[in-house]
Amino acid sequence: MSELDKTYLNYPHRSYGMDHKRYEWSMLNKRPKLLWPEEKTLALWINVGLQFFPLNQKGIPFKVPGGMTKPYPDLRHYSLRDYGNRVGIYRFLKAFDRYGIKPTFAVSSRLAERNPYLMDKIKERGDEIICHGYHMDALHYGGQNQAEEAELVKKSLEDLRRISGQAVKGWMSPAKNESENTPDLLAANGITYFCDWVNDDMPYPFQTKHGVLTAMPLSTELEDYFIILNNQHSAESWAEQVCDACDFLLQEAKTEKGRILSLNIHPWVLGQPHRIGQLERVLDYISSKREVWTAYAGEILEVWKETL
Amino acid sequence: MKEDPGYYDYWPYENRPKIKWPNGAQLAFWVAPNIEFYELDPPPNPYRAPWPRPHPSVPGYSIRDWGNRVGHIRQMELLEKYGIRGSISLSTAICDHHPEIIELCKERNWEFFSHGIYNTRYTYGMSEELERTMIKDSMETIYKHTGQKCAGYLAPALSHSEHTLDLFAEVGTELFGDEGGFYSCDLFHDDQPTPIHLRSKKRFVSIPYSLEMNDTIAYLVQKVPPRQYGKALKDNFDRLYAEGLESGTVMCIPTHNYQVSCAHRIKAYEEALEYITGHSNVWVTTGREIASYYLENYYDTALADIAAKQ
Repeated sequence: MSELDKTYLNYPHRSYGMDHKRYEWSMLNKRPKLLWPEEKTLALWINVGLQFFPLNQKGIPFKVPGGMTKPYPDLRHYSLRDYGNRVGIYRFLKAFDRYGIKPTFAVSSRLAERNPYLMDKIKERGDEIICHGYHMDALHYGGQNQAEEAELVKKSLEDLRRISGQAVKGWMSPAKNESENTPDLLAANGITYFCDWVNDDMPYPFQTKHGVLTAMPLSTELEDYFIILNNQHSAESWAEQVCDACDFLLQEAKTEKGRILSLNIHPWVLGQPHRIGQLERVLDYISSKREVWTAYAGEILEVWKETL
Repeated sequence: MKEDPGYYDYWPYENRPKIKWPNGAQLAFWVAPNIEFYELDPPPNPYRAPWPRPHPSVPGYSIRDWGNRVGHIRQMELLEKYGIRGSISLSTAICDHHPEIIELCKERNWEFFSHGIYNTRYTYGMSEELERTMIKDSMETIYKHTGQKCAGYLAPALSHSEHTLDLFAEVGTELFGDEGGFYSCDLFHDDQPTPIHLRSKKRFVSIPYSLEMNDTIAYLVQKVPPRQYGKALKDNFDRLYAEGLESGTVMCIPTHNYQVSCAHRIKAYEEALEYITGHSNVWVTTGREIASYYLENYYDTALADIAAKQ
């Protein structure tokens, strides 16, 4: 068992800061403090994944979490994901309106093409739309052919911009997975912020070959999918964890000022009849706090940029 | 390969010589925050892939980076609130990458012990010489940046060789004599310190560290809800505290800033810390202090008792 030679103990990046050039090392508590509009201290960013999981999933280079797991045709997973976009989402919309929430929709471009009724509904509401890739099986990954990925980014954004009528400035990769080139391609295609890196609680600048993107903090650890389906906790437990997070961030914001509670949720998970009540419980709890500012991702980004 | 690592003899958990911690405490309590650096693009290792997906593994890398950027301060302030000095299991490259974190911990008189250089460089596949070089580098780095003579070791990513404990003890002696390299966190066979057999015959102990109370095992492997983890911490404490009346026990909470400091988890952790430190007969201490106290007061008695029971 001694196959390694001494080059295994070479540490080319062992120096101050990060081991790459994408962003600066920076501890959250050392940054300038900011307040959200009307001196609110906690921004609530509800991010709704409207995802298309194709039945003919290729799984390159891995099967996307939440995707097909059974031999073709995996009707159970295909149709249960579809349930979210047919049924669950309308429960979501009612709940958002009831509690005065401004949701941001992360949409698979292919879903936008396939479900014009739903897209029209969101356009009519005027909520912010960001691009969630072409579809859930169109992964961005290390080793991907660069031209192929460039085309994928370009097509995803062109389609979604055309269909939504919005400029679409935000991006979330399927499974938050990237190639080494993804941030560069996003910047080259008019994206200003993306939500793949879960290393912060506030926005921060991220360098690309085509200018600076802003990395926006969209927690995976608090996702409905992660807690309920990956960790197998109950929907009640999800709600309890979100309320605990809200309490903690409100407390921290007393001294540290502006914080963000970001909830990435999916209508095929929380839009189920037995779970929707827990989403409502969470929205009721958070929206009752006077320190909370409910906002689109793009609005949070603008205030952060203006303040700093 | 051996059937048994040979580090310790069978020693039943009954009728052992009685341990009393300082001031008659019945339980020694320590918290071991792992402060780690995971590389985005580490070299390959023949026995373990650092990341599950092709480079760049953004999800895994970025959540661990969150621990240093955001989580560290939260846990540090919490430990301070309850009068706990952390015993840091340190990826020693953090001294180079993030010296601010080291300074904050130094100011609070926390202990630093070695957890290798990076948590993405595994012991698997290393020759004895290579492993010795890596361990020595880690201990020298701690000394250079903190002035501490590293006493403890937790192998990086818990990746071991047959020589790990021997090498750590020997390098400790080479650098610092008896003041360095005298305890290990790599073994999970007991709730009390135990003497460890080494080829050098050095006086060396295993200090209970606990996989079961480790937040990453609880949250990432067992996937428990935060409040269940908090309850497990209290239950673990209750039992060890009660048994400590008979003979002093050790409880450790090994943590990771990217797990326990998450906004939805920190409350459950705080409740457990408040509960544990709210008991009067607890010695709130560090890994090094437990090992030193044991070596001075109980190591020889333990050796004799173990020998008598073989």
